[in-house]
Amino acid sequence: MSHDFLQINDLRVSFPTDDGVVRAVSGLTLSVGRGETLAIVGESGSGKSVTAQAIMGLLNPLATEIDGRILLDGVDLLACDPEHRRSMRGSAMAMIFQDPLSSLHPFYRVGDQLIEAVRIHQDVTKKEARTQAIDGLRRVGIPDPERRVDDYPHQLSGGMRQRVMIAMALINGPQLLIADEPTTALDVTVQAQITDLMMDLQQQTGTTMIVITHDLGVVAEMADHVCVMYGGRVVEYGTTDAVYYRPSMPYTRGLLASVPRLDGAYDEHLDPIPGNPPSLIRPPSGCVFHPRCREREAVPGDLCSTVEPDLVTAGPDHRARCHLLTEGTP
Amino acid sequence: MSDPTATSSQDIVEVDDLRVHFPVRSRGLFPRVIGQVKAVDGVSLRIPSGQTLGLVGESGCGKSTTGRAILRLAPITSGSVRLEGRDVTELTRQQLRPLRREAQMIFQDPFTSLNPRQTVGTIIAAPFRIQGVEPPGGVASAVRELMDRVGLNPEHVNRYPNEFSGGQRQRIGIARAIALRPRLIICDEPVSALDVSIQAQILNLLAGLQDEFGMSYLFIAHDLAVVRHVAQRVAVMYLGRIVESASRDELFSAPLHPYTFALMSAIPVPDPVAQAARERIVLSGDPPSPLDPPPGCAFHTRCFKAQDRCRSDAPALREMGDGHQVACHFPMAEPATDPH
Amino acid sequence: MAAYIIRRVLIMLLLLLLLTLIVFVLFSLLPADVARLTCGKICTDQTIELNRIRLGLDKSVFEQYWLFLSALFVGRTYGIGDGAIVCEAPCLGWSFTKSEPVLELILQRLPTTIFLALGAFVLFLVGGVLLGVYSALKRGGWQDRTITSVALIGYSLPSFFFGLVVIYFVIIRWQVLPFPQYEHPWDDPVQFLQTMILPWLVLAILYAAFYTRLTRSQMLETLGEDYIRTARAKGLPERTVIRKHALRAGLTPIVTAAGLDLAGLLGGAIILEAVFSLPGLGGLAISSVVNPDQAILVGITLVTATFIIVANLIVDILYAVIDPRVRVA
Repeated sequence: MSHDFLQINDLRVSFPTDDGVVRAVSGLTLSVGRGETLAIVGESGSGKSVTAQAIMGLLNPLATEIDGRILLDGVDLLACDPEHRRSMRGSAMAMIFQDPLSSLHPFYRVGDQLIEAVRIHQDVTKKEARTQAIDGLRRVGIPDPERRVDDYPHQLSGGMRQRVMIAMALINGPQLLIADEPTTALDVTVQAQITDLMMDLQQQTGTTMIVITHDLGVVAEMADHVCVMYGGRVVEYGTTDAVYYRPSMPYTRGLLASVPRLDGAYDEHLDPIPGNPPSLIRPPSGCVFHPRCREREAVPGDLCSTVEPDLVTAGPDHRARCHLLTEGTP
Repeated sequence: MSDPTATSSQDIVEVDDLRVHFPVRSRGLFPRVIGQVKAVDGVSLRIPSGQTLGLVGESGCGKSTTGRAILRLAPITSGSVRLEGRDVTELTRQQLRPLRREAQMIFQDPFTSLNPRQTVGTIIAAPFRIQGVEPPGGVASAVRELMDRVGLNPEHVNRYPNEFSGGQRQRIGIARAIALRPRLIICDEPVSALDVSIQAQILNLLAGLQDEFGMSYLFIAHDLAVVRHVAQRVAVMYLGRIVESASRDELFSAPLHPYTFALMSAIPVPDPVAQAARERIVLSGDPPSPLDPPPGCAFHTRCFKAQDRCRSDAPALREMGDGHQVACHFPMAEPATDPH
Repeated sequence: MAAYIIRRVLIMLLLLLLLTLIVFVLFSLLPADVARLTCGKICTDQTIELNRIRLGLDKSVFEQYWLFLSALFVGRTYGIGDGAIVCEAPCLGWSFTKSEPVLELILQRLPTTIFLALGAFVLFLVGGVLLGVYSALKRGGWQDRTITSVALIGYSLPSFFFGLVVIYFVIIRWQVLPFPQYEHPWDDPVQFLQTMILPWLVLAILYAAFYTRLTRSQMLETLGEDYIRTARAKGLPERTVIRKHALRAGLTPIVTAAGLDLAGLLGGAIILEAVFSLPGLGGLAISSVVNPDQAILVGITLVTATFIIVANLIVDILYAVIDPRVRVA
């Protein structure tokens, strides 16, 4: 798939700690087409945020081991000159984070933080950068941007701060935008504003987007494709429709069955996944999900606990990592 | 007018016109009171025995403060709180102690609400120790039973909280809360800090415990879908006041307050086709600061139905039939039968 | 911001007033008989009584306090007639052992102390912060471990011991520098530098150890903040991330400590001034204890405490400059 804008091949990220090596991402392969929105879904410890930070190059090189290939528009991010990679951050690719209050520097005016972002990548005067900053704020729907540009982050509301983060991420017209839990820290009514804004802006700019979230509703709303991660691996990948309506991995099925829905039956029974997320230092043998899986009886022998399944085709543009797909008894 | 909040012996909790105002002081050597945050401003509610009342709202709406005030963990400015018919508003610290047997709390953050230096056994046994209760068979066996009941391995009784995952820590908090078989548990965002697959485990555990022991819950949450799943009755708060209150089915099938309506439409459902087909009302702006609430109806600054009257008159909570109450001049639908 | 500063200055003046009262009352509670101390070698009961009246010691403590306070603004005359001693405003008291106004004595000694304090201050602040930042960036590496261990040793060295060791080796054994003989820089700049370099370095090393540790822990904390990640995600060079984003955010406690340390040093590095025979406030304080002169001690205590209160004010104003969130109140 050479047309893919972002291609990740066998990405491995691990952190050596006193307790042992934490294998946060173990062999992740993924691709995103230009202009597409991919949602990465998973719970804490699934490796979704680490993957995002590996793409952006935000992991501390002294405390992390990274292997594999990340190609952004043909440029190998892990192999290229660090200075070149730095210059791509904030221009070719940008990122917004979960908590906009802690993600903005509390001591600098919003405008100064935007101006700084402009002037790293563009050779413009402070005045021109300020104009761009005000335009950027206007574009993300901040009222009275000429005045707001001189506010400090603590003078803005939560929703406004996240808008500022989006404006800052988009100010140099990146081709890739990574949003790590962009709505989780916000109030419900503000969440809707921010998802709407992100979708609108994507329509206008054609930016490729990766949305990292645990909120299956946000995924359904925003994503073209979904990648479900568990224990540092991709366990299912496909179009949003395929993954939601034909989930092919027991974990995905469990996840969908365990969220109460606003449009479900009133006395809807929740069917939680038993047990707890796996240890990343000593992950289970075989399929990383098998200790919590209720469908392993359908797979003959002890295949699930001994052999790690491959990511196999489950349908058109749809893959899942499960022995059921190849060995299961229907 | 008949009092919709009339006392019934069936109600575990009766809150009337509760107000919790926090003074805002200036900084410096000689701080002066320069304002009031009306965190809770005239809330009345009832929790029937063995049932769950869901209290929903966004951050800063006063839902947590209401929960705390019921347990007297927040200072009550005015109004009254009655637990099982007993007025607890004026009780002293000493007099409050027996109350803790009847009413307990579960907190949002399972990482900060447990003492990291105590073993799980000590944490769960604390209510017995504090209340001087000797359970039949002894404290040790009671603790093991509790751990088993909430889905923890009783062999881990000597471990410390940091050896447990978030979901397991929440189970520890629940075991501590149910130790003395209270009649009421205030659940303050009990699942919002947990992973999706763990949330359902905890919700099912809470439901099972309620069936078994007949406890009442005040379930405080911002997640409407979760509240819809657990509560029989739901109250929606906005800026310190209840703006709508109804039975669960009534509220979710026919919300009357524009805020409730918008709140529901703002939550995406985990179903791509259904989500694309939903009617959406996206409110503009953020919830206003409780330090400086708008005049009239506090919601008018963001309301899509607001008219002149809303900017000056604060609407009172009124009965719309079937125990469905709304505080709005122009609700989404007028009552089918006019009560007057 | 202006209102904030004005309010703080008013509070400071109030504190200073309170301070004079406390110092005055504390010293008047001492069991020493000041009238006898100021009397000299040949002393009769009569002169002691005369002294007592001349000093106003026959009056109540609060009347004495009022005399002391008004002297600051209108001056004061001790005694009457020919033997009267006039101490002009602002009068901080009169030293009968040195027969000079206390303020005069303090002002003579102050430049030396200021030079010592400022020189050491610049050295330890720059050195400590740089080492702390470097140590934080190399966290866990051999550089970090070396700096942290050396800082721990420096932090626990007693200053008189360290000062004497340095004098012994540098001046006596190796004879790199001549024996200290203080001259003001405008009189003899070379002599001034030769005398000051050792005490500066000794003070700087002792204090830098603390600032290295403080800066290191501050940097480690702020480097983990979300806004540092944002700064990196913008594509800022690491240098800018450290300097403009991390260091600025970790500055507040460093400013607090530095302000108070500078104020403390301005009150006289008592022991070190003695070790290096510098004619500063510290030396004056020691001589006023050895050869008791309560008026000088009261004066020095007041001056030192004033430095600390003023430093506190400056630190608070700097807070507001550094952190905009402080300004709102």
